[in-house]
Amino acid sequence: MLIHDLSRPGRRATAQAPLQAPIPESTQAPGARSDADGLPAALRRKRRAALPEVSELQAVRHYTRLSQKNFSIDTHFYPLGSCTMKYNPRACNSLASLPGFLARHPAAPESHSQGIMACLFELQEMLKAVTGMHGVSLAPAAGAQGELAGVMMIRAYHDARGDTDRREILVPDAAHGTNPASAIMAGFDVREIPTGADGDVDIDALRRAVGPQTAGIMLTNPSTVGVFDRNIQAIAHTVHDAGGLLYYDGANLNAILGKVRPGDMGFDVIHMNLHKTFSTPHGGGGPGAGPVGVSKRLEPYLPVPLVVRDGDEYHWQAEGDRPDSIGRLTAFGGNMGILLRAYIYARMLGAEGMRRVADYSALNANYLMARLRTAGFQLAYPERRASHEFIVTLKHEAKNFGVNTMDFAKRLLDYGYHAPTTYFPLLVPECLLIEPTETEDKESLDGFVDAMTTIRAEAEQQPQLLKEAPHRLPVRRLDDVRAARHLDLAWRPAESG
Amino acid sequence: MSNIPADLKYTDSHEWIKDNGDGTATIGITDHAQEALGDLVFVELPEAGRQLAAKDACAVVESVKAASDIYSPVGGEVVEVNPLLEDAPETINSDPYGDGWIFRLKLADASELAGQLDAAAYEATLAAEA
Amino acid sequence: MPFIPHTEDDVAAMLATIGVDRIDDLFDEIPPELRAKDLDGVPAGVSEMDISRVMQARAREDGQPLCFIGAGAYEHHIPAAVWQITTRGEFYSAYTPYQAEASQGTLQVLYEFQSMMTALTGLDVSNASLYDGASALAEAVLMAVRANRKVKSPRVLLPRNLHPAYRRTVRSIVRHQGIELVEVPFDRAGGHTTVEQLEAAAGGEFAALVIPQPNFFGVLEEVDELTDWAHARNALVIGVVNPVALALLSPPGDWGTAGADIACGEGQPLGMPLASGGPYLGFLCCKHAFVRQLPGRIAGKTLDADGQEGFTLTLQAREQHIRRSKATSNICTNQGLLVTAATIHMALLGAEGLERVAAACHANSRKLSDRLCEIPGVEPLFDRPVFHERALRLPAPTADVLRSLAAHNILGGFDLGPDYPELEPALLVCATEVRTDDDLDAYHDKLARVIATRTQARCPVEPKF
Repeated sequence: MLIHDLSRPGRRATAQAPLQAPIPESTQAPGARSDADGLPAALRRKRRAALPEVSELQAVRHYTRLSQKNFSIDTHFYPLGSCTMKYNPRACNSLASLPGFLARHPAAPESHSQGIMACLFELQEMLKAVTGMHGVSLAPAAGAQGELAGVMMIRAYHDARGDTDRREILVPDAAHGTNPASAIMAGFDVREIPTGADGDVDIDALRRAVGPQTAGIMLTNPSTVGVFDRNIQAIAHTVHDAGGLLYYDGANLNAILGKVRPGDMGFDVIHMNLHKTFSTPHGGGGPGAGPVGVSKRLEPYLPVPLVVRDGDEYHWQAEGDRPDSIGRLTAFGGNMGILLRAYIYARMLGAEGMRRVADYSALNANYLMARLRTAGFQLAYPERRASHEFIVTLKHEAKNFGVNTMDFAKRLLDYGYHAPTTYFPLLVPECLLIEPTETEDKESLDGFVDAMTTIRAEAEQQPQLLKEAPHRLPVRRLDDVRAARHLDLAWRPAESG
Repeated sequence: MSNIPADLKYTDSHEWIKDNGDGTATIGITDHAQEALGDLVFVELPEAGRQLAAKDACAVVESVKAASDIYSPVGGEVVEVNPLLEDAPETINSDPYGDGWIFRLKLADASELAGQLDAAAYEATLAAEA
Repeated sequence: MPFIPHTEDDVAAMLATIGVDRIDDLFDEIPPELRAKDLDGVPAGVSEMDISRVMQARAREDGQPLCFIGAGAYEHHIPAAVWQITTRGEFYSAYTPYQAEASQGTLQVLYEFQSMMTALTGLDVSNASLYDGASALAEAVLMAVRANRKVKSPRVLLPRNLHPAYRRTVRSIVRHQGIELVEVPFDRAGGHTTVEQLEAAAGGEFAALVIPQPNFFGVLEEVDELTDWAHARNALVIGVVNPVALALLSPPGDWGTAGADIACGEGQPLGMPLASGGPYLGFLCCKHAFVRQLPGRIAGKTLDADGQEGFTLTLQAREQHIRRSKATSNICTNQGLLVTAATIHMALLGAEGLERVAAACHANSRKLSDRLCEIPGVEPLFDRPVFHERALRLPAPTADVLRSLAAHNILGGFDLGPDYPELEPALLVCATEVRTDDDLDAYHDKLARVIATRTQARCPVEPKF
């Protein structure tokens, strides 16, 4: 049932709107002829928008019930690889929502902004320290925007040196789809580098690929296949020697937080996903925040705005102060509320807590991997340590029982576990990418192993149970093909069909 | 094993070409390709009149899980596109070599056809991929 | 240990299962010389109570001044229910709804949001949101150039009376895509853009025209005329609109003979606090013909295996996780949580509630500008009709005036000087429905005093003889 189905003409949640429209309503209505309020009739709306008309209780009940149809970290174990679905501390939300922070206008003067600017400045400093980078900008609104900013800075660096033939970005074949898409948006060509059988980048292929056209390489380390690339120093040398720069995709930073710093690995530019590593909420698909960090030579190109400190005062730096900046990525400089949440989280962790993030996410991942291996599941990279995630391949189950990874995933939902990431990375067939995160207790991990084991037994004996799953959710398996062939993307009032 | 008609020519990117004998050729995707893509939900067709060189990306077939470019195996001018696919892209799934054709080309150089794979060579390509 | 549940026994048992002695052994594939020695610059951890004290002090430090700034972010009343429901853990801590069956709550909210945005904009389809209004416009520009099959030109007309931060954002995002942004000047008397100015600026062919309604100065554009003009030149029309204003103003889908092709804007006025500039949400709607060029997530209605209705993400083959280097955009996230807030906000207010909000803001801003223009030397900068915001000419340097007002805890508006030196000294003011008559009086009185002091200081009394 849509909120629109609850609508009845004339029903209103009147407490919510200003009680008295200051001008008599007859002249306020859409299409009114009078322009007593200064709005010319020709520019007015002719017909009221078809928004629902419901009472406050109806709306509250409707959306509360909808919320109950969701899996979430607060209700379910969510071992979604590459997404770092860890607990989002409630204090971060409460404290970032203090009235002083919520009421501040983005164009408020610095005199009325020292509180939030102190938080942002300290966050910049902490991110610099924990990543080993020289400068940080908090401006990018999400990871993909951080990637775009990062590759644009690589381009700005080469262009400023007159090195304008460097138009190729190298990307491992296992990379997140945002990597090649961001490189294209920055005007680069993309060349894929294969992954070796052991999960590390194929270093020989890389050596053959670099040249005077190489602008840089985009790497995730630990990689999207869940292992730490042991050749990272050789990769860095190869790319640097060819005149290219190294970009670090921070999607998996949780695995090494405080243990290894991208700056020390030789990366020139990085982005961080605060909604992963720094535990800001995923919110059903956003908002995120994707700060970027850079080495000294890329510092002039950081996106604006930045916060700087001068004695006891904080100041903004915008386009005028930073003429070489790649510019502004959103109107008001970023997802401030998310940055505040990350700041609060980082302060609560401190340096020790950050190292513990890596320790315990690795412990949980390696434990879960060991238990699943013992339970008879095949690992994609059995000889490797898990980082904070690892890959199980269900190709035997697919071949022997005729069920695929999606069937397995849907059946997990029936048992109350959000499915791991499926079919990514693409190079491992029938794969599940599993990331438990450090905030899960041992009992949850054991329960997950039990569910996986039970489901495999079901696959053998009653494969239909998997193929028709889920059975216990608000809806059964949804028809994605129908959704794409018969597009229904918005409710329409009956009269207009 | 997928269906590979003997009277057609093929590319290693899984298009088929039929020489119509009148200076035009018809192009579609193979049974293997439609099977690998799954249920197709949309086909982006080239515009009639467009000049193509061999290997130009000129159409896109989309399923819910993948999108794949179609490359023109040979050069020429697009003279007709399959109107059926606009509303019924699934025709490619049900009849890839018949009603599921994608576009017809007026050949720039008919000798280009000779350079394409025959059925046996295409079958060998598939065997090598698997 | 904050947020880590492991007991010593757990750790011992888990290490035994893995077959290592210490947690640190799990990092043995990392070259030892790369291991971080220290984290100077990250202070020691603090308790929830301690960080609460810090944050409360800092939030207080920023005060809660009386705010008359609009300029793209507007303080509106937000019904209490909006954020109480939005921050329920089931919405707050859910992931992107890739597993549709486990995400029906989020997916249905997206579908309802799309329905409400298409109703407001009068267009056929909406995506499930982008980062903010400015980045949404950048995506709209890229989309229009891709979608315009009649004109192959990469030129896009961007009026100078569009929000300056939007112009800068578009410029940085599209910089490397071979797109030429052509600035169109505005009419100095009206503050609007005329067809004659467009003609002169356009020169040859162009792919799209951007029309802000209202524009950055609050001035209303002749959207019908501009839309028809652009369409006659085979260009697409992108409307940049304020969703609250759309309760009263003609929706982009109705502009001109054929309607605008794309509409985008900032969703912040629909239930989002000012919050220093974000997170907000960018919306992007278009005609059905362009749906496959629309970037970002889209929810669709479908059926499940039992034939019941349900919702899923659709048209995903446009997106980066499938199309990779050929995707419509690199965007991955949408602003899901803000979409939830906006949807609940619109459901509570309904069309009539939004009209009342729009009318109340508009009336309040008119009242404010009328009051301020009683002060000698203060006058409207433009003579055309405005919505909900007005540019004023001041008799003293704007920055000085604003500084004096801020000292009295009044944020008097947005200084137009830095972005429009030709208009100096000028100020953009806004009073939404939350400002009371007492607030307006307070502003008027302070401004009168500040200006009196300034003008007297600058123009000493001349001797009569």
